[in-house]
Amino acid sequence: MDTILFKNNPPDRAVTFDEYLADGGFQTLRKALAGMSPNDVQQAVIDSGLRGRGGAGFPTGRKWSFVPRDLPGPRYLICNSDEMEPGTYKDRVLLEHNPHLLVEGMALTSFALGVERAFIFIRRGYEQAALNLRSAIDFAHKAGFLGSDICGSGFSLELDVHLSAGRYICGEETALMNALEGIRANPRVKPPFPAVKGLWGQPTVVNNVETLANIPAIVAHGPAWFKALAATPEGSGTKLFCVSGHVRNPICLELPIGIPLGEIIDTHCGGMRPGSSFKACIPGGASTPYFTKEHWAVAMDFDPVAKAGSRLGTGGVVVFDQTTCMVAATLNLVRFFARESCGWCTPCREGLPFVQHILERIEAGHGEASDIDILREHVHMLNYAFCALAPGAMGPVEGMLRLFEDEVREHITGGKCPLGN
Amino acid sequence: MIPTQLRQELEQRVAKAITPREAAVDVMKGLQRHYGWLTDEAVADAALLLGLSPLQVEELATFYEMIYRRPVGRVVVHVCDSISCWAMGGETLLRHLEQRLGIAAGATTADNAVTLLPCCCLGNCGNGPALMIGDRLFGPVSPEQAAAIIAGHRESR
Repeated sequence: MDTILFKNNPPDRAVTFDEYLADGGFQTLRKALAGMSPNDVQQAVIDSGLRGRGGAGFPTGRKWSFVPRDLPGPRYLICNSDEMEPGTYKDRVLLEHNPHLLVEGMALTSFALGVERAFIFIRRGYEQAALNLRSAIDFAHKAGFLGSDICGSGFSLELDVHLSAGRYICGEETALMNALEGIRANPRVKPPFPAVKGLWGQPTVVNNVETLANIPAIVAHGPAWFKALAATPEGSGTKLFCVSGHVRNPICLELPIGIPLGEIIDTHCGGMRPGSSFKACIPGGASTPYFTKEHWAVAMDFDPVAKAGSRLGTGGVVVFDQTTCMVAATLNLVRFFARESCGWCTPCREGLPFVQHILERIEAGHGEASDIDILREHVHMLNYAFCALAPGAMGPVEGMLRLFEDEVREHITGGKCPLGN
Repeated sequence: MIPTQLRQELEQRVAKAITPREAAVDVMKGLQRHYGWLTDEAVADAALLLGLSPLQVEELATFYEMIYRRPVGRVVVHVCDSISCWAMGGETLLRHLEQRLGIAAGATTADNAVTLLPCCCLGNCGNGPALMIGDRLFGPVSPEQAAAIIAGHRESR
């Protein structure tokens, strides 16, 4: 099985710059600058079928194509490394182990987009990742792969690292731009979309770490090769899955996108921990509706997961065993989102604490039959929030009501948590 | 008053930003490292450095989890309370630390040594339950291991 992102990772340390070079690192950039046009690079990414790895799965090449080519003034590329979706740690592992891949990916992307200054927005707490990345940027600078007139091509690029101070909403791309500008990080109204009017009002592309780290391999080996990495004919490339919870071996792995859920858990994570049996999981980070045993064979790619009622999201798989109360799990998730609401719009600011209150009441055994309808109503109503945070927060609530309604009702009729919480 | 060296460092950071306020988070962090938390004096310093009003700095300071607008202990312990750590016993861990330190989550010990804060996902989900002290991530930690780690930090500061 071919891999891209974790191909050369030593188990316990970062890939050095020399090791990266020895394995052909920055040769793709050199080749592209010497013999390809920006449009060629963009076309390769469009043809590759690469979809954004940050959670939404938007086709990357298409996103790039929205940037107007003829506007005067600078344009920007932002690498979104504000990885704060609970259950997600893939970008940290990637940055800690091979930051050079991101540097080369951002250089190629900047070349394709005509960007001369790009930013990497890293969440708080990822100090080691930021350290490794800064060192990778220094090495690339000294070797002439960043800075002015890269490889004698006339193309110039500076990369800036911005280390945030912690707030989930900063991962929303328009809030992220406000955060970078030093403005309170509430989301902006869309349209205009960032590709047209983004950072400091200039055309801006925001891509996830994993997305950008895939670019060198796509440009080097071509779209057909990249597509063939997937487990299904419809898919493209590999995917980082970061697994946590009640499995024997909770790790972050690079696997063909479209691999069945059950195979990730059983074959690659050693199955459930001793004494545990699988009850449910979150397939793609805290905002995605649950999967149960009936979803064991679902191909973990954007469309099949959506068809099965959830979202691939970030690929953060959180596994729960038979001892887990799904009301309590959902309450934990909603509490996170209620606390992380930026307070900008009323449905989110007021709605999420209310949903949290209802779930607390049910879990404590004081729920009423009508609470289920109230929750259903809010799953619908919070779609009218300003950004995707509140609808995301209701993902697990929707999943709980659809898959575990009996368990919720047991709390209400029995007057206590049936799992003894 | 902040030391001249720190002032110059922060001025340099502001000078290389595209607009001064782009450096706001770095400036607040630098001042917080100096004062221990973002004091009123630090807010005024930041405002001067960034060309903002103190209120504009306040608007940013109160937004971020890692900017402390109230005094904290010498060691700040962030215990993850998000879903993966929750599944692996995060609640038990936090309760145990509350008991051991004799304070509620959110509070500081009487000798100003340790502040205990529940926090959002640390991105250490495969190693839950996890906690963070300063820039260092720990996990998985049992309640006893966590208490020992905190005790070690307490002694070394």
